[in-house]
Amino acid sequence: MTPISITHYTLTSALGHGKAATLAALQADRSGLRPNDFADAPLETYIGRVDGIDEISLPRDLAGFDCRNNRLAQLCLELDGFAAAVAGARERHGPKRIAVILGTSTSGILETEHAYRRRDPASGALPDGFHYAETQSMHSAAEFVRRYLALGGPAFVISTACSSSAKVFASASRLIQSGLCDAAVVGGVDSLCSMTLYGFNALQLVSSQPCRPCDPERNGISIGEGAGFFLLEKHPLPNPLPLAGEGAMAGGDLINLAPFAPLALLGYGESSDAYHMSTPHPEGLGAALAMEQALSRAGLNPQQVDYINMHGTSSRSNDSAEDKGMQRVFGTGTPCSSTKGATGHTLGAAGAVEAAIACLSLEHGIIPGTCNTQTLDPELGSAIQLQHSSRKLRRVMSNSFGFGGNNCSLIFGTQP
Amino acid sequence: MIDIYLAGIGLCAPGMLDWASGSAVLRGEIPVNSELPKPAAILLPPAERRRSSQATRYALQAGQEAMNQAGLPATQAAVVFASSDGDGENLHHILESLAQPAHEVSPTRFHNSVHNAAAGYWNIATGARTPANSIAAYDDSFAAGLLEAAVQAASEYMPVLLAAFDLPLPAPLHAVRPTAAPFAVALLLMPEPANALARLQISLESSTEASTTMPQPELESLRCGNPAARALPLLQAVASGLARRIVLGWGDNNLVIELSHE
Repeated sequence: MTPISITHYTLTSALGHGKAATLAALQADRSGLRPNDFADAPLETYIGRVDGIDEISLPRDLAGFDCRNNRLAQLCLELDGFAAAVAGARERHGPKRIAVILGTSTSGILETEHAYRRRDPASGALPDGFHYAETQSMHSAAEFVRRYLALGGPAFVISTACSSSAKVFASASRLIQSGLCDAAVVGGVDSLCSMTLYGFNALQLVSSQPCRPCDPERNGISIGEGAGFFLLEKHPLPNPLPLAGEGAMAGGDLINLAPFAPLALLGYGESSDAYHMSTPHPEGLGAALAMEQALSRAGLNPQQVDYINMHGTSSRSNDSAEDKGMQRVFGTGTPCSSTKGATGHTLGAAGAVEAAIACLSLEHGIIPGTCNTQTLDPELGSAIQLQHSSRKLRRVMSNSFGFGGNNCSLIFGTQP
Repeated sequence: MIDIYLAGIGLCAPGMLDWASGSAVLRGEIPVNSELPKPAAILLPPAERRRSSQATRYALQAGQEAMNQAGLPATQAAVVFASSDGDGENLHHILESLAQPAHEVSPTRFHNSVHNAAAGYWNIATGARTPANSIAAYDDSFAAGLLEAAVQAASEYMPVLLAAFDLPLPAPLHAVRPTAAPFAVALLLMPEPANALARLQISLESSTEASTTMPQPELESLRCGNPAARALPLLQAVASGLARRIVLGWGDNNLVIELSHE
C-alpha cells in the first residue's frame, strides 16, 4: 500500500499527559499503575488511571456530551498541539474532507451505570438529564470529537473490543486511498467504569497485583484508561519545504498538501480467530495472520521490522498465544515488549495508545521495556525485552487483539 | 466514487422474514404485516447458540441468507457488522447487576457485551478468519457500515458482507432510545459484476438533497424507527428492478448510491 502520513499525534495514559511525559516514563522504565482508587468499583487490584479528568469541562454547546470518556477525549485533544494541528488541516482540506474514525469499547457507559442507581423507584425510569445519545451510545466518542474539532467528514466508531482503535487506521487508510476523504482524525478513547472492572474480574482475568506481562507468575491484567489521536493525511510535502507562502498564494495544488511528515502508517493486517469469544486461539493463528498481512501490505519481510509492541495483556492465554504467533511469523530474533505493565490495559484505546508509543519509539530510538515483569516465562520463545534500550528504529509493529477473536497488526515507519 | 456490486441480500424483519417475502412486500405484491421473525441462527454450534442473544441471531440469520443467495463460502468474505445500539437486552442485565450491592456480572454476559459479539459469533460459526468489523454511528450506522464495506470490497478487492441490525431496547433504555421494531439486513458486496443483483456507485456529497423516503407509510415508519431500516429505500430499488438514485443523509454529508441493474 501507499504509506499514509501521520502529520500529528498525541496520547495520554497512566504514564502522563502527552508525548514528553510518556517518553520520560518509558526511558525510566516507570509504571503508571496504582492501587485501585476508582470509587465505582473497589476491587483489590491495580489500575492505570489518567489524572485530571475530573477537572475537565466541556464547551458549553457540547455540555450534553459530558461524561468521563468525552472528558478524557478532550483532555487528550488539547495535548501536544493536536487540536491546533487539526485546525490547520481543516484549512488545507476543508472540514468535510476530513473523516473521524475512533475506537472505544465502552464509550460513556459510566454515566449509564450511575443512572441505573438513580432509577425512579416506582416506574423504574432513568433520571432526567441522562443523555443516551451523547454518553452511552458508542457513537458518542466520534460525534463529540468531530464537533469539538469542527469537522464535517464521515464520522463513526469502530468497536471491536481491544482491537478497536487499531482497526481505525485500516479503515481510515482505505477511505483516504479511495479518494473519498483527504485526511482523517483517528484514534481511540476508553475510560474506567464498573462494567469492565467487574466483568474482567468475573472472567478471573484481573490481577490483584500490578500486571506482569510474559512473567511466569503473571495472573491477569491491570485495567487502565487512556486516549490517543492521530492526524492522517494523503500527500506529504517534499522535504525541504517550498518557500513559505508560495504554495498558499499560488492557489494551486500545494495548498492542499500536508506538511512533510517523517512518520507513516506502512501497513495493516486484520483477521479473526474463529475460535472463542473471550479466549485467543492457543496457537496464535489469527494473530499470526494479522501480522503476516501487515507485512505483506507494507511490502516488508519480517527481518525489516525492528521492534514489536505486543498486545501483551498479562493474561496467561494472551501472552502465550501471541508469543506463538510472533514466533510463527518472525522467528525468535525480533525485539518485542509489552507496555501494558506501564499503562495498564486501556482496552478500546489500547490500539491508539500503543500506536502512539510505536511512533515515539521510532522518533526517539527507544525500545520500551516490559514494566513489572521480574523474569521471563521460559515457555515463551520471543525476544521479549524487560528493560528499555536505545537504538535507531525504522519500522515498528503494534499488535492489538480483542474479544470475539478480533486481531489487528499495524506497521509504522519513518519516511525517507 | 466507489463502484461495487451487490451479489446477495438477507433480511430478517417484521413481515419480511427473508428476502423472498421482503422483496414481495417492497414491490407492493403482499401487504405490510407485523409478523415477527424467529431467527434460528442454525449456523451456530449448539453451545454458542445457547449463549447468543436475539440481536446476534437476527444479524447472523440475515448474513447467512445473503451468503447462501450468492453461493459464496463465508470463509471468503470479510464482514462488517453495523449497529447503533448492539445487544440492549444483555446491556440492561449487566447494568441492573452493577446497580446491586453485589456487583455480580455473569462472565457470559460480559463477553457478550462487546459491540462485536455478533461478528465474533459469525467467525466462530463459519470458521472464517477474514477481517471482521463492528461499527456504530447512531442513526447513521447503516450508511457508515455501507461506506466501510464498499470501500473495503473495492480497495481490498474481496467480497465483504455487511450486516446491519438493531432491536428495540428493553425498559428503561427504550424510553431514552426508542426503536420501533427489530430489523436486520445483510448485503454481500463484490468487486466484480459476475451474478450481481445490482451495481452500486457510491459517493459522498454535501447534504443538499433530502434522504430518500419510502412511499408506504408503514415502511416509512419502520425506516425512521430503526437505524438498520435506513436500508429500505436501497432494498426497494433492488426489488423493483429499476435504476434509482438513493440518498442516505449522514450529518453534514449524504451517502449517495446510484443503483442500476446493468
